[in-house]
Amino acid sequence: MAVKILTPGLSTTVQDLGRPGYYHLGIPISGGMDRFALRAANMLVGNDEGAAVLEAVFMGPEIEFTTAATVAVTGGDLPPKVNGDERATWEAFPVKAGDKLSFGFLKSGARAYIAVSGGIDVPLKLGSRSTYTLGALGGHDGRALKAGDRLPLGQGGSGKGSVPANLRRGPGNPAELRMLPGLYWHRVTAEAGKQFFADTWKVAPEADRIGYRFKGGKALDFVPRTPPFGAGSDPSNIVDACYPYGSVQVPSGTEPIVLHRDAVSGGGYMMLGTIISADMDLIGQLQPHSPARFVEVTLDQALTARHDRQAAIARVRAHLQR
Amino acid sequence: MSIRFSFGGDEHIFAEVSEEMSLEAFFTSLSMTNAVKQAGIRGVTEICPANASFQVKYDPDQIKPADLLRELQSMEGAASKSDATLKTRIMEIPVYYQDPWTHETLMRFRERHQDPKATDLEYAAAVNGLGSVEDFVQAHSSQPWFVSMVGFVAGLPFLYQMVERKRQLQVPKYLRPRTDTPKLTIGHGGCFSCIYSVRGAGGYQMFGVTPMPIYDPNQQVSYLQEEMCLFRPGDIVKWKPINRDQYDADIEAVNENKFLPTIREASFSLTEFNKDIDATNAKLMEVLHGR
Repeated sequence: MAVKILTPGLSTTVQDLGRPGYYHLGIPISGGMDRFALRAANMLVGNDEGAAVLEAVFMGPEIEFTTAATVAVTGGDLPPKVNGDERATWEAFPVKAGDKLSFGFLKSGARAYIAVSGGIDVPLKLGSRSTYTLGALGGHDGRALKAGDRLPLGQGGSGKGSVPANLRRGPGNPAELRMLPGLYWHRVTAEAGKQFFADTWKVAPEADRIGYRFKGGKALDFVPRTPPFGAGSDPSNIVDACYPYGSVQVPSGTEPIVLHRDAVSGGGYMMLGTIISADMDLIGQLQPHSPARFVEVTLDQALTARHDRQAAIARVRAHLQR
Repeated sequence: MSIRFSFGGDEHIFAEVSEEMSLEAFFTSLSMTNAVKQAGIRGVTEICPANASFQVKYDPDQIKPADLLRELQSMEGAASKSDATLKTRIMEIPVYYQDPWTHETLMRFRERHQDPKATDLEYAAAVNGLGSVEDFVQAHSSQPWFVSMVGFVAGLPFLYQMVERKRQLQVPKYLRPRTDTPKLTIGHGGCFSCIYSVRGAGGYQMFGVTPMPIYDPNQQVSYLQEEMCLFRPGDIVKWKPINRDQYDADIEAVNENKFLPTIREASFSLTEFNKDIDATNAKLMEVLHGR
């Protein structure tokens, strides 16, 4: 009852819904970057929604099954193939012992979620199977997968069906990332704040599970100040503080970085605000060079968006239970 | 001081105790986070103290953001009045200053540094008006440091020097962060030193390395079997300069899992510290050395 990794893809890791409770030690929550897609993949194969799956970035792995199972691939459009024959994404399909799962080229999005009935059964570390590669914690040996790795599977449920396109969720073009201003927003001039939301940004090549960097917008102007003791002399410096997940820091005022599931838990750069929880999934599907805008919202709008996302998950659940 | 609260999206409340660093601000942050922990507020999932600020993560499906904010604000009065004493630990961390590994790394990233012709230690000595690297190492290692935050990456301590402000060492961070830092590097940025618990990116100046593991995800190291991360906010650290021979001997002991760090129970009172810093530090040294 296992899957064998024949080729690992670019960076494929074991992920679930994460490891809350250790951020005060610098250990981030981790888990799937696109949790909507991760949940849907698990629902399709009859797993608990938070079972461990494989998260593949930009390029798929090649996998051999030692047992019959049900598989589903969601998230970015990375077409799965069983022994070379294409299968649909967002749809459950069966595999037999000895079958090989491979992938075509990524057509859209950035990350695919590969769920196998029974779930990837690597050991729990601090309550989660997620891989935190920077800390060499969790997943398979705390690292991205390599050729030759063998991952045990849990006892499987079975699932069927598909998630139609109108029930899926992904970023638009340009992606609109909703942000609640706050934290150190007061450090930039009113004009710079307006410009930040007006500009169209592009995802920079430095975009990973820790954070997504954006470029192409205008540099921020800061409100002049005398540097507080311990902060550092750059106008973007603060006394090292906690970083919320989704917080938007702007080192030297030039390129905003949105911290994601493997966030560094704190540091010395001012933050303009925080991407709302509902839009974190969307960031996980952005490729380098794709355009994005930041959209200002209020806390009430953030909470409404949160409930809309939960409703979208509930619709997938209801659809598959029919 | 009055705490500035701000919503970090729909799942965090961020609280800045003070814009500038001080032990007073740290103690207020610590007593606030302790009070939040003790209150056992429904929906709160993470409580993170930092140097002069703190953060609470919560589930807004379980508690309304405005209600949580009100609860936190109601704790502020008690926290700022609370007696700033700590039952804590003092530990000795061996440091091989001017080691070959951080030297090799800093040479690779010279174009990102303020002074490409000097090493990080030479630069740090110069900007602090100290005559030589030896003087700087003496200033860095002669007095204890206070762990005022744990984070950035797993188990990394931020350390605040326990001397009068005018004697505190301050060094700017690299102009652009490096993409590599050796594991267990002793770094310094602004007024803070740190120990890089894992290899990775970093912007702090690099002074040396310690042979002593401080983070072990496999929980094999003898003193890290219960907790993966050695440090907790409030710990006190004394650097002990070591040479290459001692470093090699320590590494051998670490590899055989026989390395035993010197860690002692200690208590710390901010009032006493402010009254007489030298006497407080001298007492801590007596505790550390078991006298």
